[in-house]
Amino acid sequence: MNIDAHESALSTTAERQVVTMDAGATPSEDWVIVTRGIRRDYDMGGEIVHALRGVDVAIKRNEYVAIMGPSGSGKSTLMNVIGCLDTPTAGEYWLNGMLVSSKDDDELARVRNREIGFVFQTFNLLPRATALHNVELPLVYAGVPSAERKQRAMQALERVQLADRMDHRPNELSGGQRQRVAIARALVNTPAILLADEPTGNLDSGTSQEIMRVFEGLAEQGQTVIMVTHEADIAAHARRVVVLRDGRIASDTRREAFAAQIAG
Amino acid sequence: MPLSEAIRLALQQIRVQKLKSFFTLLGVTIGVMFLITVVSIVEGMSKYMEEDFVGKLMGINTFEVRRFPSINIGNTTDEQWREWTRRPFISESDARAISAVLPPGTLWAANTFATDVPIESEYAKQRKLMVFAVDGDYFEIKKMEIANGRPLASQEMATGALSVVLGEEVARHFFPNVDPVGRAITIAGTRYTVVGVAEKQGSVFGFSLDKFVVGPLHSPLRRVTHRPGFTSTSVGTLAIQSPTAAMMSESMEQTRATMRSRHKLRPAQADDFDMSTSKSALAFWDKIKGYMQLAGVALPAISLVVGAMIIMNIMLVAVAERTHEIGIRKALGARRRDIMNQFLTESATLSTVGAGIGVAIGIAASKIIAATSPLPAAIAPWSIAAGVLTGTVVGIIAGIYPASRAARLDPILAIRQE
Repeated sequence: MNIDAHESALSTTAERQVVTMDAGATPSEDWVIVTRGIRRDYDMGGEIVHALRGVDVAIKRNEYVAIMGPSGSGKSTLMNVIGCLDTPTAGEYWLNGMLVSSKDDDELARVRNREIGFVFQTFNLLPRATALHNVELPLVYAGVPSAERKQRAMQALERVQLADRMDHRPNELSGGQRQRVAIARALVNTPAILLADEPTGNLDSGTSQEIMRVFEGLAEQGQTVIMVTHEADIAAHARRVVVLRDGRIASDTRREAFAAQIAG
Repeated sequence: MPLSEAIRLALQQIRVQKLKSFFTLLGVTIGVMFLITVVSIVEGMSKYMEEDFVGKLMGINTFEVRRFPSINIGNTTDEQWREWTRRPFISESDARAISAVLPPGTLWAANTFATDVPIESEYAKQRKLMVFAVDGDYFEIKKMEIANGRPLASQEMATGALSVVLGEEVARHFFPNVDPVGRAITIAGTRYTVVGVAEKQGSVFGFSLDKFVVGPLHSPLRRVTHRPGFTSTSVGTLAIQSPTAAMMSESMEQTRATMRSRHKLRPAQADDFDMSTSKSALAFWDKIKGYMQLAGVALPAISLVVGAMIIMNIMLVAVAERTHEIGIRKALGARRRDIMNQFLTESATLSTVGAGIGVAIGIAASKIIAATSPLPAAIAPWSIAAGVLTGTVVGIIAGIYPASRAARLDPILAIRQE
């Protein structure tokens, strides 16, 4: 897929406005994520904190989006909501044609298992399990039989060039290798979205570039990637950058516009 | 998560933390060990009672006719006791009348006995022992083999000859290093000739079964064994052995009818004699066994409760220590019940391993007790299954609270915990 094809997959502002306005309507197949007026309030000992104050985000299949914002902007909360780890206080969240904002705990667990591949800043691998077993884990909860699990996990490790490290435990791997194991784990169940939370936060700049190249490659292969970060140079790898401030979207621009913005 | 996976994880946990696991499992292990040991001993005694003890004391397919029951459990009321003492004694003529109506092949034996009868020989000092005065097929019914010499002949029984058969220990005491057969022994002042020595009978719960002397009922021994109220033809016990088990109940009915008619009982009147089989002798044992089994369950139960509490605590610690792991698993799609099952399986596996160790130690303890004390022990297969199953159940019960806490954890907070 060349860059032009990528550009054509990118959603336009007008399209996004249409799809986020139509409350209650199921978005068309093209849209993998649509949120409409997402609010998230926390009760911090009597004081209500408004982490999200009405967020409308629409992301098409195959988009590579970065969500940016300073700490306290609500980007972590948004990432939790998008990742189905948290449910919004108000608003709709459609993921892959399903209204997930009204689902219960176990249904959300199922959605996380099938639709979302997480990549975390701290890798979050099981320390006592081998790379292969870590990658197998989502398949365990998907109820995939053992032999198939192993085979698919090995394929996922091959995709991140770690097939030769599959019997190693996390403490026997470098930071970059750990994050690649985490990426393999995120991809193993062919999720609708790859959701990365500060994926390079614990890596040196060289390794960061290496991981960003992996994301780049996945995006080119047609994987929808959503990356939450506070680093502008990391966000600049995405085709589209959404900036959050005080629980609202401050800007939603193409990479080029974003680059111009930070340069200016 | 598949069960095998969860069990594998739990076993890995035990391997990694051996010492902690050892203390965790101690309660369950001790509980199950007690269970196995106590049940084994009760079972062993039971087997002994059923196969050995009763066989030796009563004989197979045998029932006994007595004035009143010889073995009682519980309190006998004064009234009952007075009724018993008014009953007529069993007599030799009863024996003859009964054996006349029973089918051919039936054996019978009448006996009376006394304890603390002074006995002496020229080789040893006086000693007080148990003496039986018997008639009929006593040796056959008791399955008493003669190791040296011969049993009392029917001729000697009929004439009341001054001949006796000694128990193995008696023979050893009174005739050290000499052959007792043909030698004289003085019982309550009368000289008898030893004609045989019985084969060693062994012991029951530490009491020797080889301290006895048997002589003919019609010899002067009878006077020694007389009880207050005895007439010259009274006997203590009449034992009757049917040729087959199938014939026994019919023979018992015929015996009952004969005894009732001899005692001139009207149909409404209750029997004024007692008939017992080895089964009824075992009834008292069943009662004791019941109490012992209750103790066998109650004692381990306390230990198991303690064991369950330890496991619960350890599991709570495990949940706290592994909050991060739980968060990861939940993020990757583990449902509440997946996490619940994981920790329940872990707890059950831990506890089952503890129980398994308890079973092994319990079996070893039973064997050691059986080998070093007079208590017999037989390992009951059901107790092994029960022991292991108990472990599993204790583990599951102890795991419910910690597992449900783990299952309810918020994935966002859990994953943040390092």
